[in-house]
Amino acid sequence: MLVYLVIALLLALGFYTLLFKKNLIKMIIGIALIENAVNMFLISLGYVSDGYAPIYTIAPAETWSSMVLPTPQALTLTAIVIGLASTAVMLSLAVMVFKNYKTLDSSKLGGILSE
Amino acid sequence: MNEWVSFLSVNALWLIIVVPLMGAFLAGAASKLNKKWCFPIALFSVLFSFIFVMLLAQQVWAGGIVANTVEHVSQTTLTLPSGSVLPIRIFLLADGMSILMAFIGSLISVLAVIYSFQFIKSQETFYYPLFLVMISGMYGMVLTGDLFNLFVFLEISSISATGLVMTFNRKRSPDSAFKLITVSTIAAMMILVAIGILYSQYNALNMSFLAQAIQWTLLDKIALCLLFTGFAMKAGSVPMHFWVPDAYGDTPASVSAFFVVLSQASLYALFRICFSLFGLSINNVTVGWIIIILGVLSMFIGVMMALVQKDIKRLMAFHAISQTGYMLLGVGVGLAVLGTPAFVEFGSMAMQGSIFHMLNHSIYKGLLFLTAGAVFYAAGTRDLRELRGLGHYMPLTTIFFMVGAFAITGLPPFNGFASKLLIYESVYAFNPVLSAIALLVSILTLASFMKVFYAAFLGPKPKKKPKPIPHTMLFAMLVLSLLCVVFGLFPGIILDALIKPAVEALVSAVSYSGVFTFV
Repeated sequence: MLVYLVIALLLALGFYTLLFKKNLIKMIIGIALIENAVNMFLISLGYVSDGYAPIYTIAPAETWSSMVLPTPQALTLTAIVIGLASTAVMLSLAVMVFKNYKTLDSSKLGGILSE
Repeated sequence: MNEWVSFLSVNALWLIIVVPLMGAFLAGAASKLNKKWCFPIALFSVLFSFIFVMLLAQQVWAGGIVANTVEHVSQTTLTLPSGSVLPIRIFLLADGMSILMAFIGSLISVLAVIYSFQFIKSQETFYYPLFLVMISGMYGMVLTGDLFNLFVFLEISSISATGLVMTFNRKRSPDSAFKLITVSTIAAMMILVAIGILYSQYNALNMSFLAQAIQWTLLDKIALCLLFTGFAMKAGSVPMHFWVPDAYGDTPASVSAFFVVLSQASLYALFRICFSLFGLSINNVTVGWIIIILGVLSMFIGVMMALVQKDIKRLMAFHAISQTGYMLLGVGVGLAVLGTPAFVEFGSMAMQGSIFHMLNHSIYKGLLFLTAGAVFYAAGTRDLRELRGLGHYMPLTTIFFMVGAFAITGLPPFNGFASKLLIYESVYAFNPVLSAIALLVSILTLASFMKVFYAAFLGPKPKKKPKPIPHTMLFAMLVLSLLCVVFGLFPGIILDALIKPAVEALVSAVSYSGVFTFV
């Protein structure tokens, strides 16, 4: 249960940062928090208490229902890699924004662009 | 020779996705030796995947659903030595609907690459590899049978799309690209949470298997809401449409034309979720009306915002939002009456209208974006206040623009008329008010395109003589405008050949979920 509380907290912090912070870098941190919350949610799905590791050649019937399948871990790894790529793209865009407009404040950006 | 053809058609399903991906890396590597090699590699990759789409389409039309697991064509379950059977393979799956989307994508990608040859004069080393990766992601989205694959291909296409927005690095580009990647990431995270919820309940990611297994619990409803919101954000429907004008406006015109296809791939995923994944358990009327309301709002707000725009490409981007509304409206009506006698009466016609509108929209909107690119190429500006009199120097582009403008407003004999007429008629039988709004939106569309036509092409000759348009750009526009006319003159042939199989594949949730027999 604790893990879901942590996930909810991370999601709330992430969305708060994304919606109410004006600095682009802080917005990127917010998105990274959301990504981490989702990854934690995915990995928590794979947890089976008193589970069996899926390394049998011939698994006994009582292990079938509580086998710890590696699928959620594979999903999470893929999601982490994708999250890394999109964070890298966002940070490089923040660099370009700063080079072009000399500010990272999204409220000032709107004024610069509407000129 | 025949052996080769049969080998290729058996393996066409995954070759469609792999060829542009390999082409991307090849083009990137070859560009280190010589920049000139990028274009031919890109052209051959998209041409080959076009051929593979055609080979696959033949099989789909002849024998229904084609599924493929790369190494085994028919084996669907994995039997462990202990006797436990698991449906764990990752499928690629093509039915009538996905082959239609793949056809649209291959058509527009070939023409967009041909158009790029003389349009993209700098940054080729980044442009072609990213474009190919985006094309491959789009094919993956429409051809996959696995939810997590869908997420991965969605992210592949949106990250490479962000790179493409930055091609010219103009004043607004970084800001637009930032909006695009933010919205894409949030949408993708929503989809990922929904995938996690579904996996936690049913231990599977295969869409056919999930469609059989879904129990319609509260968690399933939450998953449906998250998937729906995520794909609606990516498709650019109101109220999450704010990134569309920026992203479409700042990319090169050839990429904007493909962005239309990309948002339709998200729309395809949305329909797939509603009709196939949740098709056996969904509450048709509620979800149908939600889609209808989103559609009407997108239609109306899109066109009202388009009326006041001064930048030619931003104006067209707002029209893209508005036209997405038509597709949502027709499919929403179809979903709301699915399974009742009214579906046979007018529901299937509404679905046909909006699926046909997806095909037509990508053709005429692609054409319009390409003409906007040609205007920018010739005059060096996209501001309607500075453009004038281009018709004196660019008669062919003017004609192409008129074809596109008439098609989008739904004037006969162009293709927009054929699909819009189907939508008007069938939606009128469902609810006359919705049909009246759709007609009003068409009139407003005509008004805003007349504004563009007068501002850019009529009037006194411009002071500076515009640059002549290269032949490859003219060729791409010519093909698209011919298709506009042909599809408008012979809508019956296209409806029978392409659209009706697509609608049947979409509405028959039982046949989708029954592709494989799982234990």
